[in-house]
Order: sequence, then C-alpha cells, then structure tokens
Amino acid sequence: MLLQMDSITKKYGEFSANRGIDFSLRAGEVHAIVGENGAGKTTLMRILYGMEQPTSGTIRLNGKEVSFASPLDAIQSGIGMVHQHFMLFPSFTIAENIVIGNEPGAGAVFDRKQAVKTVEELCEKFGMKVDPQAIVSSTAPGVQQRVEILKVLYQGADIIILDEPTGVLTPLEVQELLEAIKQLSKQGKSFILISHKLNEVLDVADRITVLRDGAVTGVVDKHATDAHEISRLMVGRELLELDRKPITPGDKVLEVTDLSLRGTKGKPVLDAVSLSVRAGEIVGVAGISGNGQSELLQLISGLAQPDGGRIAVAGKDVTGKAPRDIRESGLAHIPEDRYVWGANRTATVMDTGLMGHHRRLQKSGLLKLKDIRALVSGWVQKFSIKTGSLETSTQYLSGGNLQKLIVARELEQGTPFLIAAEPTRGVDIGAMETIHGELLKRREEGTGILLVSSELTEILKLSDRVLVMYEGRIAGELSAKEATEEKLGLLMAGGTLQ
Amino acid sequence: MEQLFDLALINSALRVLTPILLAALGGALCSRVGLFNVGLEGFMLLGAFSAVVGNYYFGNVFYAILFAIAIVSIFSLIFAYLSINLRANVIVVGIAMNALAAGLTTFSLRAIFDVKGAFYDNTMVGLPKWNIPVIEDIPVIGPILAGLTPLVYLSFLIAGLMWYYFYRTKSGFRFLAAGENPLAAKSVGIRVARYQYGAVLASGVLCALAGAQLSLGQVTMFTEGMTAGRGFIALVATMLGQSGPLGVTAASLLFGFMDALSIRFQGLALPTHFTQMLPYVVTILAMFFFKDKSFQKDALKQGSSSR
Repeated sequence: MLLQMDSITKKYGEFSANRGIDFSLRAGEVHAIVGENGAGKTTLMRILYGMEQPTSGTIRLNGKEVSFASPLDAIQSGIGMVHQHFMLFPSFTIAENIVIGNEPGAGAVFDRKQAVKTVEELCEKFGMKVDPQAIVSSTAPGVQQRVEILKVLYQGADIIILDEPTGVLTPLEVQELLEAIKQLSKQGKSFILISHKLNEVLDVADRITVLRDGAVTGVVDKHATDAHEISRLMVGRELLELDRKPITPGDKVLEVTDLSLRGTKGKPVLDAVSLSVRAGEIVGVAGISGNGQSELLQLISGLAQPDGGRIAVAGKDVTGKAPRDIRESGLAHIPEDRYVWGANRTATVMDTGLMGHHRRLQKSGLLKLKDIRALVSGWVQKFSIKTGSLETSTQYLSGGNLQKLIVARELEQGTPFLIAAEPTRGVDIGAMETIHGELLKRREEGTGILLVSSELTEILKLSDRVLVMYEGRIAGELSAKEATEEKLGLLMAGGTLQ
Repeated sequence: MEQLFDLALINSALRVLTPILLAALGGALCSRVGLFNVGLEGFMLLGAFSAVVGNYYFGNVFYAILFAIAIVSIFSLIFAYLSINLRANVIVVGIAMNALAAGLTTFSLRAIFDVKGAFYDNTMVGLPKWNIPVIEDIPVIGPILAGLTPLVYLSFLIAGLMWYYFYRTKSGFRFLAAGENPLAAKSVGIRVARYQYGAVLASGVLCALAGAQLSLGQVTMFTEGMTAGRGFIALVATMLGQSGPLGVTAASLLFGFMDALSIRFQGLALPTHFTQMLPYVVTILAMFFFKDKSFQKDALKQGSSSR
C-alpha cells in the first residue's frame, strides 16, 4: 500500500466530521471518494493534505507513519492537491503558474526562459499539452485544470488529490481530463478523486470508497458495482424512481419569436431564436455553455434587452419590460449562477428567502416578519436545508443548500411559467432527487418549465421536448422519445442529424 | 511662449515630481499586495516633519533622513498591523493615519519648537544640491540636471530597481503573486502577510524620503500641512500607472510637469489660485482619459465567479 489512513476521526466540538475512516491507496490506482455534501470527503482530504489535524487516527505513507502540519509538508511528501476552485494567478503565464514556489534560476533571479523550457519538458513527459507562454485568464477552464495538474506534478507529487475536478468543465473537457488521469495512472501516479458524478467515477476509478455522515459505508471495486449500488450506499436508502406522468400540454406560457441579440464581435449571440413552452410541459435546452443559453435566459427574464424579436409570458407581451413586470406577468426564475443572480451573500437566510416575495409579505410598507419566518422555516424543513438558523449569513451555506433555498423560493411563487437554469448544479444526489421531484410535481400542476442544463442526464430525465442550442441558434429539437445522449451530443457539437 | 517652456521648466519639474514619484512607488507596492494605501499623504507629512526635527537635533542631513525613515516606518507598522492583522478596512485606516499625521505634526510643532504654522531655523542644512562636473557643462542636459538633490536621482533609481525586482527576481514574482491571488499564493507556501508587511514598510520608507525632499529639498523648513495633497496626487499616479514602476514614473512625470507649469504661470500675472488648480485639473482629466479598463474587467470577473 502506498498510502494507508487508519481509523481517522475528526471532531469539531460535539460534531464528528469523520468517524473512524479507513482509506487506502495503491500505487498507480485511481481511488474515488464519493458521498453527499457534508459526508466528510473534504475533511478527510484536508487532513491528508495537512490543512487539518485529525483528532485521532494515523496516516502511513509507504508503511511509515507521517503527520503533516501544513500543506507544505504534504507537498514535500509527494502529495498534491487540485482544489475545487482553481488556485491560479490569472494574469500570469501558464509557465509562471506552474513553477511558482520553486522557480528556476540562479540565486534571487527568476529565469523565465528556463521555466518555459521546464514546463515544455513536463508537458512532453506526461503527455499533457499546454502553451507555457499563454496568459492563464485567456485560457479555457479545461486548460486551467491541466495547469493545476501540471503544477502538482511539477511539485513532484506521486499522489494527486482532485477535488470535484469536473464542476466547471464542458463535456469534451471532462473526457480529456478523464483520459489524462488514466494516462498518468499508467505512468505510476496515484489519484484520489472526490466527486459526486457517478458516471465519471465509474469511468475512471479503480476502487470507490463511499462515505455517509462521516463514516465509510462501502469500499467497492469498479467491476463489481454499478451506479445504483453506489447511490444506495451514498444516500442510505433506495432512490425513488421518478415517473413522468403523461400530460397533455395546455396553452403557451412562454412564446419567444425571432429573438436576436448582437454580439461584440459581429457574430450574433442569439440569432432569430423562436421557441415556446406550454403549460404542463418541461422543455429542456441543451448545449455547451457559451452558445447563447445564458443570454436567452437573461432576455426572457428582463435582465438584458434584446435587439429584435418578441417575448410573451403567459400570453402577455413582455418585450422590453423590467424584470419586476415580467415576474408579475407570471415568471419565476431559478437562476444559473446562484451567487450572482440568486442570492445576496451577506444577507441572512431569511432575507435571501424573502427576495421576490417582499411585495406580497408586507403591510403598509412594513414586512410581516412572522409570516416570512414561518414560510422560510417551512422550506428549510421541507428541503432539509442545512443552516445554523434563519439568521445565518447566506455565504455560510454550502452551494447545495443555498441552491435548495433558491429553488424553494422560486417554486413558492406559484407562477404559470418557471425558468430552471442549472437547478442542480453542485448539489448532491439526495437534494437532486428532491429538486427533480418538485419540478415534476409542478409540471403535473400545469406549470410550464424551461430547463437549461449542462447535464445531459438531467435534461433527458425531465424533459418532454429537448432543444439544442449551438452558436446562438436552435440547432435541433427532439421529443423525449427521440432524444439520446449521442444525438444531443452531435447537435451540441454543431453536427446535424440525418 | 518662450518664457513658458524652457529647460529650467524641466529642471523644476524634476524637483517637484520627486516627492510624488517616491510616494507613488510606495503606493504601487502596497496596491500590488491588495492594500490600497490612502495614508501616503500622512506618511509623507510625518516624513517631512521628522526630517526637520532630525535635522535640527543632529545637524546632519543624512541622520535627519535616517531619523525620518525610522519614525515613518514605525508609523507605517501601525497601518500594517491594523489592516493586515486586525483586518480593519484599509481605506478607513489610511484616512485615520492621515488625520493622525496632520494632528501629530501640528501638535509636535508646538511641543518641540514652540511655534505655530511653520518652523524655520537658519542653522539647519538642506539637502545637498549636486552640480555634477562635466555634465553641468553639457548643453541641454546640463541645465536640466543643474542643482538637483540626490533624492531626485534616487527616486528614479528606485523606480528602476522596483521594475527589476518585480519582473526579474523570484522574490518579486512571489510578491506579485501574493497580491494577485492570496489564497493560491498561500497554497504554494508563500507567506502573504510577510510580503504585505514588507510593502507597507517600504512605502513608509519611500514616503519618508518624499517628505524629506519636501522639507529639506527646495526649502529648509516645515509648514503645517505642507504636503498639500501630494500624497493623493501620488495615489492617482499609482492608479494611472496601474501600479507598475514604469507607468507610475510616467504618471509622476506628467504631474510634476504640470506642477512646474503652474508655478511658471504664476509669473505670467495669472491669478495664483487659478494656476494652482492646474495639477489637480489634470489629475481629474487623467482619471477620465486613462481610466483603467482592466479594473472594470476584474470587477466583472469577480461578480460572475461562482463563489
């Protein structure tokens, strides 16, 4: 065994984040750790990386007991970590980002030419291509992910921890990353992969450790398991089968005609997009991010103004109206980026929940705090949102819990039309199940839902119809029956179905 | 126009730009590590005062400058402790330091010298004014460089050194990294707070030199509030130069030239108060025309980041 962690326990006061966890890693192995948010994955890795000290338990590296007081110790012992949020310097070149902390050059002088050369050799050796002289901020997330891995390799890591590495990547970039992981593990590098995307885990991992509530619920071999078993181990019960009852769609609750938006570089961002959503229907919009989906949503919700075309919500023309008017016409909106559009980070949970309901829950300009409190605490219970109290600042909620709060808030609007943009981004399987269930329930109640998601599985699971956006146009439309991952992937990449 | 633009004007521009350049370089160091130092004005004022005090007691310009550096360094450490260790809002701390410096110098002027408004003593020696042999006889360059204090040369030397430090040394690279993304810098073992302390301390030293040039350079006296907003102009030069040594030098040159020009205008029977506006008007115009678009981009990027 290359690495052996024995009965690791970590207590924060009364709360145990890790309870007697055993974990082992062989040389050249890809070992995935999966579990819901708060299951203890990150704590375990922070302990391994020297960012936290375990309350009890031992770590052995090549059979020798070690203890890391800081990440620097871990790095020196050949453990590297790629954080969920990139630790890069955007205005520096790729080479500079990789060599930082151990720069080449004699004495105090930093030899940048040598840095470029070293990085080129590193790329060569590990078969990962990057342009060492490119500025990081001008590169795609997939490249930045590669830079992070190269940085860890440059530091001499043999064990590489990847924390949710595919969160910001496009499907193609995810493929490239998984390929790179496989290549590197063949060259003897070992990986610990933290993820909750089971298809990726099953693709690349050799073994999978499942955590729930700070304890190990199973260590399984890839060949002896399937997604079903893993999710059962993660959630601790059987997942409910979602069923989509057949429903005859009603009137159009959204009608978009020839919507256009000019871009900055001559190319239109949206090019005469027309689509409609009927009551009781979920219309999925698939596409690689950056093909106009975000802009489409911003135009529909009134956050930006179109250069041409018409938008009607619930039969009313709302083109050029302010977001408030559009919402009053019958729109609720689970926004794409929960931190930018969905919440005020410094406001309390209660205030974030109140947003959009504040005109209703007031009496002569004074907020009806009692009613608001009852409403928000109702959501907290129903969606099991983990928060200290209603007065907790929103920024302390984990991404998944904040997402649940926003979903609850927007569903409460009870509007005939709902935009659900990336409704389950970053949430765990249990929460995803809840959110999907709620969306389907709203569909049965006759709400029309426009679902935009970069997760094809989500689109396929929920949608009655699927539209694919490519370069600002609707590249194709498929019914739920026709739609498959392959067909959608083809359209998303700009191909056509023959 | 001949009496308006001549070589002596450039000479005078070099004299007046020196305090601005020195302070602006200090401001650039601070802003590169994420501490926008609004306290330059106060640092500089205290530097000017303590240089005069040192000069009075030691009777030696060199010791006077060392004394000023020591005093302003202590003062800047207060700034550093409040904003780095106690995480106080750096703008508020800067304003407080300015107010403190203004009060402290006025009070000390009374307490030490028992005078109000200004202190002058003819036993005090000012900074030496160099007339370099050979060079002073060269046409054009000679008159431009005539009678400049060593601090003028030093300020340009420091700008050059700073460029070398930032873009050629490992330590400078890490310094920039610490400012660009402190969290990422910590993750590779860079001690961010140490670089921040270094930057604030260096800005203190630079402002002490700037103050000394004010109170011992052109004249050899201290008057209350004699920095007259130069610290803020330096702050603008920092922003205008995008906190790069070369940009800051260029911006300071612009402001120094305008300052010199406004002094020159006074000789042309234009109302003094009007001509004194010139540097400040240019400051405002400069903000309009050279507004740094990358700031907006950064703000946008921050707004759209996922966390």
